Amino acid sequence: MARLSPENEVLARQIIGRYPRSRSALIPLLHVAQEQDGWVTDEAMGHIGELLGLSSAEVLGTCSFYEMFKREPVGTYLVNVCTNISCQLLGGEELLEHVEERLGVKAGATTADGMFTVEDVECIAACTEAPCLQVNYRYFHRITHAAFDTLVDDLRAGRRSDEIPTHGTTTRVRQHVPADRWAGVGADGLAPEVR
Amino acid sequence: MAVTDAPKIITTRFDQADGHTLAGYERTGGYAALRAALGRTPAEVLDEVKAANIQGRGGAGFPAGTKWGFLPADVHPRYLVVNGDESEPGTYKDRLLMERDPHQLIEGVLLASYAVDAKQAFIYVRGEMAVAQERLATALNEAYAAGLVGRDIAGSGWSMDVILHWGAGAYIVGEETALIESLEGRRGMPRLKPPFFPAVKGLYMQPTIVNNVETLANIPWIVTNGGAAFAALGTEESAGMRLFALSGHVRNPGVYEVEMGKTTFRDLIEAPVYGGGIRNGGTLKAFIPGGASAPWFFEEHLDLPLSKATVDKAGSMLGSGAVVVMDDTTDAVKACARVVRFFAHESCGKCTPCREGTTWLHQILQRILAGDGRPSDLELLMDVSDNISPGITWPPKQTTICPLGPSAVSPIASALRRFRPEFEAYIAGGRHAAAVPVEVGARG
Ligand SMILES: Cc1cc2nc3c(=O)[nH]c(=O)nc-3n(C[C@H](O)[C@H](O)[C@H](O)COP(=O)(O)O)c2cc1C
Ligand code: SF4
Ligand code: FES
Repeated sequence: MARLSPENEVLARQIIGRYPRSRSALIPLLHVAQEQDGWVTDEAMGHIGELLGLSSAEVLGTCSFYEMFKREPVGTYLVNVCTNISCQLLGGEELLEHVEERLGVKAGATTADGMFTVEDVECIAACTEAPCLQVNYRYFHRITHAAFDTLVDDLRAGRRSDEIPTHGTTTRVRQHVPADRWAGVGADGLAPEVR
Repeated sequence: MAVTDAPKIITTRFDQADGHTLAGYERTGGYAALRAALGRTPAEVLDEVKAANIQGRGGAGFPAGTKWGFLPADVHPRYLVVNGDESEPGTYKDRLLMERDPHQLIEGVLLASYAVDAKQAFIYVRGEMAVAQERLATALNEAYAAGLVGRDIAGSGWSMDVILHWGAGAYIVGEETALIESLEGRRGMPRLKPPFFPAVKGLYMQPTIVNNVETLANIPWIVTNGGAAFAALGTEESAGMRLFALSGHVRNPGVYEVEMGKTTFRDLIEAPVYGGGIRNGGTLKAFIPGGASAPWFFEEHLDLPLSKATVDKAGSMLGSGAVVVMDDTTDAVKACARVVRFFAHESCGKCTPCREGTTWLHQILQRILAGDGRPSDLELLMDVSDNISPGITWPPKQTTICPLGPSAVSPIASALRRFRPEFEAYIAGGRHAAAVPVEVGARG
């Protein structure tokens, strides 16, 4: 797998059609690529460039700016531990240490079995619920060390898969606009796209 | 001052199990404001928002009605962009509004678009907020199907589209011109203002209104109850209710909707219905009044009201409504270093003072924490700070493209001025004070 699958190409064209200028679809399409393969491959970026009329350099230029896009494989589960100020005050750094110890890897690394990647992240907007972490961008508020251990056991045993999709999928619900409901007047009068 | 009994405006459905669904929203009055507005002129809706005197809740506190009035007449297309990138450390409210009451935001977007005559709006949700994206996607799908968004809205003949867009992780994208760059599919680096004020040259170089999620969530209530009713809450200068995320060392951390201007920091931190006081009966050491970018406040600031003008005058800002409380057990050096690490990490790199300066500040603080600090480091920290933010004034003299650079200086100026002996102790005690084992032959 590398280029977008035929179904994903259809999805990509739907997404592109919603924007007055096609390049605006770039970040959503990189997410589609990451959802398909778990990370963003060079081939997928090339394909997205073809769809949007952008060079590979332009696609990579945008992709590389954003933290969520991984350009090499990561674990099935990305564990993002917040250590920013509100969490630091309530044990965020100790939580990160515990996570590293429990999984046997330091922040930035992936476990040998490819299950978990740990990251030491900035504020994830759950500051009143410190300490907190995300697994594939699903929140765990006021999490204790013991609760994290249980979570790891559950994930290894496949018990939380309905709640937490594998890495690459953020939203599991997509916007659908029925053709007869689409107003389609947002670009009226806008100068033609210049590439 | 006081804990007031002002009505809740935007949190009324937070505890309603189906508050995020169309059925739950409409059952509790949802989309009534839209239907009523469609029977009035856009100018009348705009006038209600102007009369409400609602200050933007994203950080800068600019009055929304005034901003909407800046759009040049007769330049089309024009766009509305919703800033749901919430990532200022300490800030947690927009995510709640998107997860728990997505239709309220969508109705606010529709009303704002109607008032300013925008035919397309984009809700830019932070990439890491998967559930908020799901809730908004579901809500938009419901609203399109119910004829509330899209072609011929509620049978009125008025049409517009609302598109859910989502980011991919970068704090700086919260800055409005960076948000627009990102929405155009580029690296999220801020644009120079002027000339790129969004209201004049925004998305696709067209007039664009950028508003925070919380700002727009208030609009349905304002349209239903009238701008005057909103302006009657709070004070003349700071109107209405506002969400404050109270985090850190309080008994009851939480997100509270409080009346501006009349409630004080002390009320918020100590009142039993809010923070309930410092945890474990401890004492206050410092608090950040408006997110990581804001200069810190101390005990002597507790009785200031939650009002923009007063907090500005006292040398900080209400910013994004994030109050971070530190008790007397807090290591000021560690706290300061953590906030500076954030800015160093998030600098987009476009301006030299910010890119180089924040990196240096971070490295100097790390060596102080590691027990390798030098006595000259404290002057060096202030000197580098002065190069990013000349004079280290508040508000900063901005020599960078956006305020991120000067914001990195806030925690240093605050902590170093107030808690200098703690920094000196780290430096004097060297590695032993920092409890780092000394290895023979190690660096240094
Ligand atoms: C570095 C930086 C980060 C910002 N982050 C956010 C953010 O995450 N959310 C937000 O609404 N505004 C943020 N802002 C403020 C926006 O630039 C803008 O003022 C705001 O979205 C306007 O909406 P409002 O008038 O409704 O507050 C940020 C500003 C700066 C300088
Ligand atoms: S001040 Fe910093 S974050 Fe802002 S534009 Fe300049 S380099 Fe980028
Ligand atoms: S500081 Fe950890 S979630 Fe905000």
